[in-house]
Amino acid sequence: MYSIRVSPPGPHRFAFFAGPKPSLCGERVSARRSAMPSPIQNPRFLLYHRCLPLHFPPNPFPFPPNPRRLLHRSTAALSPQPAPAPQTLTSAVPPSSEILSIRESLLSRRKTAAEIAAEYLDRLRRTEQQLRSFLHVSETAMREAEEVDGLVESGAELGPLTGVLVAVKDNICTADMPSTGGSRILGSYRPAFDATAVKRLREAGAIIVGKTNLDEFGMGSTTESSGFQVTTNPWDVSRVPGGSSGGSAAAVSARQCVVSLGSDTGGSVRQPASFCGVVGMKPTYGRVSRFGLMAYASSLDVIGCFGSSVVDAAILLSAISGHDRLDATSSKHEVSDYASQLVSLDHLESKPLKGLRVGVIRETIGEGVDLGVMSSVQAAASHLEQLGSIVTEVSLPSFSLGLPAYYILASSEASSNLSRYDGVRYGYQATADELSSLYGDSRANGLGPEVKLRILMGTYALSAGYYDAYYKRAQQVRTLVRKSFKDALDKNDILISPAAPSAAYKIGEKTNDPLAMYAGDIMTVNVNLAGLPALVVPCGFVEGGPAGLPVGLQMIGAAFHEGKLLRVGHIFEQTLQNHRFIPPLLAET
Amino acid sequence: MALIYFRCIRMNHLFLHPSSPFTKKSGVLFCTLQASHAQVATQVNFQNQGKQKEKSIQTATKKTLEHHKHGYEAIIGIETHVQLSTLTKAFCSCPYLYGTRPNTTICPICMGLPGTLPVLNSKVVEFAVKLGLALNCELSMNSKFDRKQYFYPDLPKGYQISQFDVPIATKGFIDLDLPVEFGGGHRRFGITRIHMEEDAGKLLHSETGSYSQVDLNRAGVPLLEIVSEPDMRSGVEAAEYAAELQRLVRYLGVSNGNMQEGSLRCDVNISVRPTGQSQFGTKVEIKNMNSFSAMNRAIDYEISRQVLLHREGQSDQIVQETRLWDEAAQKTFTMRKKEGLADYRYFPEPDLPEVVLVKEYIDEIRQSLPELPEAKRRRYEKLGLSMQDVLFLANDNNVADFFDAAVENGADAKLAANWIMGDIAAYLKNERRTIDEIKLTPKELSELIAFIKNGTISGKIGKEILFELISKGGTVKSLIEEKDLVQIVDPATIGALVDKVLAANPKQLQQYRGGKTKLQGFFAGQVMKESKGKANPMLLNKILTEKLHAGS
Repeated sequence: MYSIRVSPPGPHRFAFFAGPKPSLCGERVSARRSAMPSPIQNPRFLLYHRCLPLHFPPNPFPFPPNPRRLLHRSTAALSPQPAPAPQTLTSAVPPSSEILSIRESLLSRRKTAAEIAAEYLDRLRRTEQQLRSFLHVSETAMREAEEVDGLVESGAELGPLTGVLVAVKDNICTADMPSTGGSRILGSYRPAFDATAVKRLREAGAIIVGKTNLDEFGMGSTTESSGFQVTTNPWDVSRVPGGSSGGSAAAVSARQCVVSLGSDTGGSVRQPASFCGVVGMKPTYGRVSRFGLMAYASSLDVIGCFGSSVVDAAILLSAISGHDRLDATSSKHEVSDYASQLVSLDHLESKPLKGLRVGVIRETIGEGVDLGVMSSVQAAASHLEQLGSIVTEVSLPSFSLGLPAYYILASSEASSNLSRYDGVRYGYQATADELSSLYGDSRANGLGPEVKLRILMGTYALSAGYYDAYYKRAQQVRTLVRKSFKDALDKNDILISPAAPSAAYKIGEKTNDPLAMYAGDIMTVNVNLAGLPALVVPCGFVEGGPAGLPVGLQMIGAAFHEGKLLRVGHIFEQTLQNHRFIPPLLAET
Repeated sequence: MALIYFRCIRMNHLFLHPSSPFTKKSGVLFCTLQASHAQVATQVNFQNQGKQKEKSIQTATKKTLEHHKHGYEAIIGIETHVQLSTLTKAFCSCPYLYGTRPNTTICPICMGLPGTLPVLNSKVVEFAVKLGLALNCELSMNSKFDRKQYFYPDLPKGYQISQFDVPIATKGFIDLDLPVEFGGGHRRFGITRIHMEEDAGKLLHSETGSYSQVDLNRAGVPLLEIVSEPDMRSGVEAAEYAAELQRLVRYLGVSNGNMQEGSLRCDVNISVRPTGQSQFGTKVEIKNMNSFSAMNRAIDYEISRQVLLHREGQSDQIVQETRLWDEAAQKTFTMRKKEGLADYRYFPEPDLPEVVLVKEYIDEIRQSLPELPEAKRRRYEKLGLSMQDVLFLANDNNVADFFDAAVENGADAKLAANWIMGDIAAYLKNERRTIDEIKLTPKELSELIAFIKNGTISGKIGKEILFELISKGGTVKSLIEEKDLVQIVDPATIGALVDKVLAANPKQLQQYRGGKTKLQGFFAGQVMKESKGKANPMLLNKILTEKLHAGS
């Protein structure tokens, strides 16, 4: 008899109970400031005082006037005007699945896998000089594509990703390519094994095209903290692609690959998806095995998907999901064929989302969020409403606590997870004649400043005498965050918010202001604390760059409701008018 | 698999042992820097030297200790690490075999390579529950793993997966009987907690001490750490506590309990206070004892040392430190002084779900537990065996099983105990074998005892048969028949033999009858020889006496 019952991963794994519920965010900023005793004593974490008063301004909720149903009191006009001209003028063909079209080409023999691979690799080479999204490009991709053609010739059954070029974030282990995690300390490191997600990709027929750039070990929001290079945004190469999965997002955006894997600890898939105008899927914690993902914050980390359409993200997610006996936190929850549930545009009824209850998270719309982003999201809400859903506003009282709690928990776990990079067994080793300098020098020279900052923060938070004030408190906040999401998702099918408070900003703009950069994660970190799935779909544009900058809409669902998010995201994407998310870099080349 | 090759690490001695000027003397110091680090390589040297001196020193320290100790009381608590004999390691599927070539039983998981995750071996929980029940503990229905963080080259992840604030078992006790030669007596010592954790690797230090090599074979091997209450008062009590733990883990089959291989490691905390004082004295930790007798001696030495300092008014010189037992010098010496508590920054291990026990699981394990040493001893006591017999038989599960089976087959308990503790034990000791390796079965032992008891064979013949049975097997009955060993109890047959001998030795007979009665022994010997040892000695003597006297 097997009698060790193991509690399910995800939301219930930390049974910290909150003490007396602190008085959380009041209605007004001033009230909040005075009434709320700071749960976190370290002034470093008092971010929300400074930059995150995201409540609605008392009056206007500037949704566009809606003939059928007035959401809120406001009838104010959109301000400012969203979406600069260029996109609205291009033909508004909704995004279609590249994976399915590749499959179609192969099956119909219209194109060979080698031709398809050559096309992508050629584009990759042309754009890479400007984008610098790859740390390593596979030398065997063409050969693998030729092997695929052999397979097609032989009439063998083709896996769902046959001939599909997938890029993999460099903190995910690949046996045949270096895996550095974006860190100099692993500059020469080649893993002995494939991550489970990568193994499953290969089993599905995918060709791993290369390893994409990231903020070192996933720590950052711009990909500028990479130990190797700075990746640029295909929409404007003077801007950041977001992070930490910036390389994976930029690569899909510029069609250097078909789809890509990223990892999301506090928004590292969703925010770059938003910045680069691609679809980004952050699955439920435990949905995808973390085996082979270099741990940043183990209780928050998930491997996520990027695609240029929701269908592609869905196919990719189906391929990598499911229980893995090598990851004790991976879930045994059934995996459905996400893509098969996505209805094509032709079969959509006039109100395909009829009855869907959508909650706009009040705390994510307001002060601190770019007006352009706000109006894009409001337009998206309105669009969802037109599709038949019932849009209301919902409040997550613990929302602003999530950011400091996230940075404490993530840093604490990181300080532990990164201890293994000590120069003893693998990776960079400093020349030293005694043990303490071997450790000290290897880590001092091998790790970058952002990583060191977080290791220091985490070490501090876990130190004797501080544990209760920081780590334990943050866990209590996490319980609160989970609860408020649960309450909101009991009343709504999905919650929506911007994926980031702004569109892509300039390279270097926030490098000297880590707090401002951390604040940019406010939209996404709560979802990781709650372990929930979230999908980011491009929903509009704001001014900036040569052709405007994309804005992403974040949809959050209940645990293991990826299917629902993908269905809604797919309908949203297919019915979104007047936007085409093809970056100018791609148009030029 | 990755190329398995570890770089050598050059280490500065002073860094490792800032307070110890002894470092250059021997490699021992390196090995024992951490509680769980292997001492195996260096232990071997000590063993032989130690044994020779063992006895004399034991008695010597005992006397001085009694003298010194008067007016003072020692408080002793023990932390024991038991290495579990699971087929695979705690969090990966690598096997572990003691003494295999360095870095041959490792995988990416126990090497702590980037991206790897631990998955709990359910046997570890089962064994922990077994030991928890055997030690009368309260089990935590919900326990969890935590990370204990420190840097050391034998710790591949930079943290050890352990249990911190919610161990799997707490608040138990252990019952034991002190050996008769140490005055005997029953004792009950409290168990504070038992928790599950993983072992670290081993460092192999070069001869010159200029570099060290890392062997990760042992990394990730499951351990149970058992923390006792500070209930022991002497070296004997502490050594017996450890011996009883060893018996328990062997009875339960959760560990081989081998101290030399490091499967059972004890760290002892000792403090001394004037009798009657309620406050504890400053405690000192002792490591590096690789036998129970070394524990006994090390502790008694340390008690004497501390009592002496108290007596001389220098109790302030007893400082919180870790001392090592030097078997060669029969002394403890400072390894490192503790400068405040180390901060291991424990926090819940996010890679592992909580360990949730259900009642049925525990009940099932409880029912599967064998009879434990304490119960066995009480049962043997009731059979009327002496405490010495009881302790001997219950010491080894296999011996106890053998004894029980013999008694079950009808053997007299006391006689069976005598045979086992006497000739069988001597044979096992000489041949370095265990009781389950010999060919003698408990059934045949009981037969043998029965044949002697009913007079079929003599005790002397019984002994001869025993060794035959041990080495070659077979049944008592067939051996007796085959060798025609049945005792001669027929008076006529014996009478004939006597007559024959008397006839063959007329000279001696004449001398006997002339008053040299001592010669009766000679005649008896001759008759026995003539009977090939089979004549019943009592009957022989009776008839011989009759016949010797008859003719006079």
